[in-house]
Amino acid sequence: MAEPLLQIRGLVIEATSYPPGEPPREVTLVHGVDLTLERGRVLGLIGESGAGKSTIGLSAMAYGRGGVRLTGGTIHLNGREIRLADARTLRALRGREVTYVSQSAAASFNPARQIMEQVIETCLNHGLCGKAEAEARAVGLFRKLGLPNPETIGLRYPHQVSGGQLQRCMTAMALCPKPDLVIFDEPTTALDVTTQIDVLAAIKEAIRDTGVAALYITHDLAVVAQVADEIMVLRHGRMVELGETGQIIHAPREDYTRALVSVRGLEHEEKPPAPPVLQVQNLTARYRGTNFDVLKNVSVELPAGQTLAVVGESGSGKSTLARAITGLLPPSQGRITFAGRQLSADLAGRTKDDLREIQMIYQMADTAMNPRQTVGTIIGRPLEFYFGLRGAERDRRVQELLDQIEMGKGFAQRYPAELSGGQKQRVCIARALAAKPRLIICDEVTSALDPLVADGILKLLLALQAEAGVAYLFITHDLATVKAISDKIAVMFKGAVVRYGQKSDVLTPPFDDYTDLLLSSVPEMEQGWLEQVIAHRKMESAGN
Amino acid sequence: MHPILKLVVQRIALGLLLLLAVSAVIFLGVEALPGDTAQAILGQSATPQALENLREKLGLNDPPLTRYFAWLGGVLTGDLGTSLTNGVDIAQAIGQRLGNTLFLAGCAAVIAVPLAILLGLIAARHAGRWPDKLISGITLTTISLPEFVAAYFVIFLFTQLIPIFQPVAMVFPGMSFWAKLHAVALPVIVLVLVVLAHMMRMTRAAILNVMQSAYIETAELKGLSPMTVIWRHAFPNAIAPVVSVVMLNLAYLVVGVVVVEVVFGYNALGQYLVDHVTKRDLPVVQAVGLIFAAVYIFLNMLADIIGILANPRLRHPK
Repeated sequence: MAEPLLQIRGLVIEATSYPPGEPPREVTLVHGVDLTLERGRVLGLIGESGAGKSTIGLSAMAYGRGGVRLTGGTIHLNGREIRLADARTLRALRGREVTYVSQSAAASFNPARQIMEQVIETCLNHGLCGKAEAEARAVGLFRKLGLPNPETIGLRYPHQVSGGQLQRCMTAMALCPKPDLVIFDEPTTALDVTTQIDVLAAIKEAIRDTGVAALYITHDLAVVAQVADEIMVLRHGRMVELGETGQIIHAPREDYTRALVSVRGLEHEEKPPAPPVLQVQNLTARYRGTNFDVLKNVSVELPAGQTLAVVGESGSGKSTLARAITGLLPPSQGRITFAGRQLSADLAGRTKDDLREIQMIYQMADTAMNPRQTVGTIIGRPLEFYFGLRGAERDRRVQELLDQIEMGKGFAQRYPAELSGGQKQRVCIARALAAKPRLIICDEVTSALDPLVADGILKLLLALQAEAGVAYLFITHDLATVKAISDKIAVMFKGAVVRYGQKSDVLTPPFDDYTDLLLSSVPEMEQGWLEQVIAHRKMESAGN
Repeated sequence: MHPILKLVVQRIALGLLLLLAVSAVIFLGVEALPGDTAQAILGQSATPQALENLREKLGLNDPPLTRYFAWLGGVLTGDLGTSLTNGVDIAQAIGQRLGNTLFLAGCAAVIAVPLAILLGLIAARHAGRWPDKLISGITLTTISLPEFVAAYFVIFLFTQLIPIFQPVAMVFPGMSFWAKLHAVALPVIVLVLVVLAHMMRMTRAAILNVMQSAYIETAELKGLSPMTVIWRHAFPNAIAPVVSVVMLNLAYLVVGVVVVEVVFGYNALGQYLVDHVTKRDLPVVQAVGLIFAAVYIFLNMLADIIGILANPRLRHPK
C-alpha cells in the first residue's frame, strides 16, 4: 500500500502565554495528536476555539502561527519528515505541496496588489510554470469557482470584489499551483449564510474535480458534514473522536460529540401577542454624507418582556436600526415610541431615564469593556451613574448581579483579560442589567462565541427575561439563534423589513423569495444536503 | 473627475493657501520687530528728519496691508526686493546660493534615502537580532552626534588620516559637475550620517507594523523568501508613513543645514540667511524665510500626494 500523503504521529505543540500581571509560562496547545490523510481524501477537523484545530492544520505546513512551536512528534508529508526540516526545505514545500485558505480572505489578500498577481505568485515563485500558463490556470479556476467575469476579475484589487468572491479567489490561489493538500481554515465562517452556501458548493466541486486532498477546519458540524469524508473532533488539544462523517453526525460515540451535534436543539415557546413597550413607525435613516437610505420605512413593535429578533445579512440595516433606536443615528423620518412616550430623535434630547431604560450588549465583549477596569468597576459604573449607589451598597448590588449571571465571588476583582469569551459577554449582560432597563438591544451577542458557550448565553438571557421582564431586540444573522430565542421576527433585506410577525407565522410557509433563500441556506446536519439544495435551486431557476 | 485627481487638486490648493498664510505670518513677524528698515539703514544716530524722508521714499508710511500686497506682488513676479546692506537684487543673490543648497541637499538625499530604506528593510528582516541591533546602534550614534562634531570628525578622518578630500567645500560657477561633487563630498557624508537614523527607523517600524497583517502570513505560506515577503508584500503597504518622514528629512536638508555650511565654508542659503539676520537686513530675511517655508510646504504636500497615490483604495475606487 502506498504511503499516506500526510501522517502525523504524537504531535505536541507548545506556546508561551503572557497572562496579565503574571510571569510568562509555557502552555501546551496540542497534546499528542495522531492524524492520517490519504491522497484525495477530505478530513474535517472540528472543535471549539482553543481546541487546536488551526494549529494542527498549519502543522501540515510545519508552520507555527505567532510564536507557536511544534515541539514533539513527527509530521510526514509525502513520505518525509518536515517538523524538523530547515527553512529552505519548508519554503520549497509551502505553496507547492500544501496550500492554505484562511477564514478572512479580505485580510489575507495584500491590499496593494492585484488579485491575479497574488493568485499566480506561488506558481511563478516555485517555477512551476510560465506566467501565461499560470494565468490561464487561474482564469480556469475562477470560472470553475463560479466567479463573475473570470477573464478580468484578476485585474481587480481585493477591495473591489465582495467578501464571498474574495474567498473564492483565495481558493483559486490555493489550487493554482496544483498542490497535493489544501488546508481550509474556516473558509466560510465569516460569510453570510446565503453566500456561504455558494462558496461551500464551489469549494466542494473544486476539491472533487481536482482530486486534491484537504483538511477542512471549522466549528460548524453541519458545514463540515457537507464536504468531509471523515471527521475528527478535537477538544483542548486532544482528539475526542474520529470517524466517518455519517457515523459522527448520526451515531456519535462520545458525550462531547453528542453535545456538539445537539447544540442547535434549543427551543423556546413563543409568548402570545401583548401591548408593545417599543414602537418603531416608518423609520427612514441615512448616514451623513451618503445619498441612500440604509433604513427604509421600517415599522416594528416589541411587546414588554418579549423578544423581537431582527435577522438579515450583513449590510441589511440591522445594526443601523439599533443605532436609530438608541439615538446614535437620528432618523430622517419616522418616530420611536417607548413605554408610551415619544423618544427624541437624537441623543441630546433624551432624558436620563430614556437612556437608562434602553441598554445595549455588543458582539465584541472584548472591545466593549475598558481593559484597565475591574469587573466590579465595569458593572458598578451604571449603578453609580443612574442610581447614585456608593461604597458597600454598590458592592453588594454588584455581587447580586454577578450571582444573576451565574458568576461567583471573586470575579469583581478580575480584569476582562482574565475572563473567557463567554464570561466577558456575561459581564456585559450584567452591566446592561445594572441599569434596570426595560429594553436591551443585543447586537450579534453570540456570533463571536463557540456554539456551546453561545447556548449558555442564550439560556441565561431567557432566564433573565423571565425574572426581570426585560424586552430584547435581538439582532442576529443566525437563524438557529432566532428560533431559539424569539417571540417575534423581522426579516430585513437592503434596509427594509421584508417579513414580520409572530415567530410561528414568519417561519411557516408560504415564504417570500428572500426569506425562503435565507431559511434554505442554513446548513443542515445531513450529508448530501448541499447537493439537494443546489440541485433544487438549479431546477427552480431553470423552471423560471 | 476621477476622485483621486480631486483629492490631489485639493491638496495642492491647500498647500497654496497655507503658503499664503505663512507669507502673512512672515510679514507680520518682521513687522513686529522693533525699529524698521529705515532705522536699520541709517543706524542709531540718524536724525528724525532723515528717517522720515527715507520712510517716505521706501513707502514705509503706507498702511501695512498695502505694503504686504506690494511685497507679495513683487514675490509673484520674481522681484524679492533689494538688500539693504549691499543694494544687491535679492532674487539674483539667492538664485546661485539656492542652486548650491539644492545641489548639496540633492547629493545627500540621493545617497541617504535609498540607504536608509535599505537598512530599514534589513533591520526589519532581522528584527531583534544582531543585524538589527548593529544598524540601529550605528544610526542612533550618528544622529546623536551634534553636526559640527560629526563634521570635524569627518574632516579629521578624510583630510588627515586618509587625505582624499579638501576640508573646505568651495564651489564656484564654471566648475565641472565632478569637481563640484568632489568638493561637497565631506558635507554630504556628514548630512547623510545625520538624516539616516530617522528614515531608517521609520522604515523599520512601518514594515514591522505591516508584518503583523494576515496577508504577510499568506505570503510566508506561499513559500516566499523573507526578503521577497518584505519587499513585495510589506513595503508597498508601508510607503505612506515612510514617505512622510523622508520628506521631512529632505526639507531639513534644504533649510536646516546652516551649521554644516559654516563648518565647511559652503556658500549657500543658510549661511546667507544668518549673515543677513545679524545685519538686520529685513527684506533678505523675509525672502529667504518665504523660500524655506515654500520648500517645507511643497515637500510635505508631495508626501501627502504620494501617500494618496500609494493607496489602492483611492487609486482604484469600487
